[in-house]
Amino acid sequence: MTGTKDIWVLGDYRNYFHSRVTLQILARAAGLSAKTGGRVCALVFGDHVDEYVNEYIAHGAETVYVIDDPALKDYSVENYSFLMTRLVKEFKPETLLVGATRFGQEIAPRVAKYLKTGLTADCIDLDIDAKGRLVQIAPSFGGNLIAKIITPEKRPQMATIRPGTFQELKHDNDAEGEVIRLPLPSDLPAKKIRCIRSEYKPSRNRKLEEADIVIIGGRGMGSKRKFKKLFELAELVNGEVGATRPVVYADWISHDALVGQAGKHVKPRVLFSFGVSGAIQHTAAVTDADFIVAINKNPNATMMKMADVAIMADANQVCSGIIRAVKEKIRD
Amino acid sequence: MFKIIVCIKQVPMVSELPWDSKTGTLKRELAQGMMDPASRRALEAALRIKEDRAGEDQETHITVISMGPEMAREILYEAKALGADNGVLLSDRKMAGADTFLTSFILAEYIKKESPDFDLLLCGSQTSDSETAQVGPQLAGELLIPAMGYVQSIELDDGMVRVQRHVDDFMELLEMDLPGLLTIDQGAYSPRYVALEGIERAFHTDDIRTVNAGDLGLDRDFNALKDSPTRIIDVYSPATRKENQVLKGAVKKVVGQLFDEYGKIISGAMGKDLKTHDHEGAK
Ligand SMILES: Cc1cc2nc3c(=O)[nH]c(=O)nc-3n(C[C@H](O)[C@H](O)[C@H](O)COP(=O)(O)OP(=O)(O)OC[C@H]3O[C@@H](n4cnc5c(N)ncnc54)[C@H](O)[C@@H]3O)c2cc1C
Ligand SMILES: Cc1cc2nc3c(=O)[nH]c(=O)nc-3n(C[C@H](O)[C@H](O)[C@H](O)COP(=O)(O)OP(=O)(O)OC[C@H]3O[C@@H](n4cnc5c(N)ncnc54)[C@H](O)[C@@H]3O)c2cc1C
Repeated sequence: MTGTKDIWVLGDYRNYFHSRVTLQILARAAGLSAKTGGRVCALVFGDHVDEYVNEYIAHGAETVYVIDDPALKDYSVENYSFLMTRLVKEFKPETLLVGATRFGQEIAPRVAKYLKTGLTADCIDLDIDAKGRLVQIAPSFGGNLIAKIITPEKRPQMATIRPGTFQELKHDNDAEGEVIRLPLPSDLPAKKIRCIRSEYKPSRNRKLEEADIVIIGGRGMGSKRKFKKLFELAELVNGEVGATRPVVYADWISHDALVGQAGKHVKPRVLFSFGVSGAIQHTAAVTDADFIVAINKNPNATMMKMADVAIMADANQVCSGIIRAVKEKIRD
Repeated sequence: MFKIIVCIKQVPMVSELPWDSKTGTLKRELAQGMMDPASRRALEAALRIKEDRAGEDQETHITVISMGPEMAREILYEAKALGADNGVLLSDRKMAGADTFLTSFILAEYIKKESPDFDLLLCGSQTSDSETAQVGPQLAGELLIPAMGYVQSIELDDGMVRVQRHVDDFMELLEMDLPGLLTIDQGAYSPRYVALEGIERAFHTDDIRTVNAGDLGLDRDFNALKDSPTRIIDVYSPATRKENQVLKGAVKKVVGQLFDEYGKIISGAMGKDLKTHDHEGAK
């Protein structure tokens, strides 16, 4: 097991402008390598990918391994997992990190399998322990439990990282990095999966998932008419409105506003939760909020217990009160 | 005959998790078991394929397999009551504590040994308990077959499947050679349920085979907990570590308090400046 100390990050560049996950991981990898030594390296596969190579260098990659070939034009789990396995065996990094996009979640388990090593899913933090090992911190049970996981012996240590977890480094045009260009191996296996059609189709309400302020209304808002107040509040604070299941069932708002196990996962800086009891199918999808304000008549509601600030009052009146207060405060 | 294998897992019933409120941990041993909702969708996909083919007088055989403790037998009975033809429980103390690398290894060992002639292997995309979404892709990796995740619809064709899925903002139509593995998207194939009597009937009439480590020909010193490449070193509950402030009284008063104390956090997230409270401004 005489490998390097290098930390590798898969360049997952599809959806570049929405998904900054590769840049976010590069930033964290720089922090980790300060503790362990070794280089921060990015892997880029594709056809005409220099723009991404440069981008990763500008965001902290010291070395980029590139295979640039027309045969790699399509994003393919089969090709990528073959190539990643091949390169890891050759260059022996200590750690291999992949963004937990759907693509990353398909490819990383395969690569870990081929390399006979461990993999932690969807990490929300990474650290280094006293022995220099990667501590992989991942949620389970819908965010109700957090597990700390290590890979004691096998290398590389592998983890997928939830998008939005780390802050990317500032783009630095002067950053310099080494680019290692490798040829496409001649023994790429025949494809058993063929893409017939692929169409860019962003899901409609992704704003909700990315908003810094999310306002969720539950059944406690009372009626469709009263629920509408939440839109006014949202407008005022640059927020997005989400809802619980009874609310979308009652058609107070469209189904794509559903937050929970069966709907969207939100991770705002501030979450307002109006008249929501806090059933686990719902709360599972809000635990990543940095700061929660819950409004409920019932102080024992789970949502109230989870909140940073629990306001025991009528949801509607508090909504109106907050609207008034914000209007006053931004007037001048 | 088209042969489908569906992998199903038993998970604790999430809505009734018994929490130890003092320590903030889950009393897993007290939790009631249920069929993982994602596995249930995989089973549903298999049942619909079977029904569609039956309409064309074509035979389909569905085997469900689960690795888990003795208690997991329940979900295999349930799967049979729903329409699966055969159920197998992979159970052994030596299998406990398997991470996804070894879970997929054990499932694959059974498949290689007992039903290597399958056409289609189905898994849920992500369980409701440890939710790694890794077992499907790793099982395919172990068996060296192609796989596609998060599938929303399946159409069988001669020696292949055509599937549709929506991943990372792309709507994709893909074709895959069989044998292969699919994981079913959380929003697709809404599952049917079966009346309790149906499950009870299955309990009385059906045999679920149990297969242990020896039957699979695993090494005598095989120990999933020790052999797993990953190790869990700590599990804790984040929610219970929260300080919580309760505000009550007149609406005007509580809203005022909210902005006095947390106005900065709120205005920061809004990206707008908010006027601070008078007595702060007077400083
Ligand atoms: C398989 C499954 C999947 C599910 N998926 C989801 C999901 O994705 N998302 C989801 O949200 N739910 C989901 N659910 C439903 C979930 O279990 C709850 O039923 C739901 O979240 C409850 O919504 P609620 O809090 O709005 O309503 P309730 O539970 O009825 O709570 C209303 C709350 O409002 C308070 N209240 C009432 N009047 C007032 C007032 N005037 N002022 C202030 N407070 C007031 C009450 O005290 C109560 O706490 C799922 C359920 C199942 C079984
Ligand atoms: C808190 C916690 C965190 C964990 N984190 C990790 C981790 O990061 N990495 C890791 O390698 N292991 C991890 N594990 C171990 C992991 O839970 C087990 O390996 C488990 O057997 C399978 O993982 P899963 O539930 O995440 O399955 P998923 O990969 O989410 O399951 C997807 C599908 O695979 C099939 N499947 C999964 N398990 C079985 C089974 N036992 N029998 C039949 N079919 C099955 C089902 O169709 C299921 O719908 C963790 C365990 C705990 C308790």
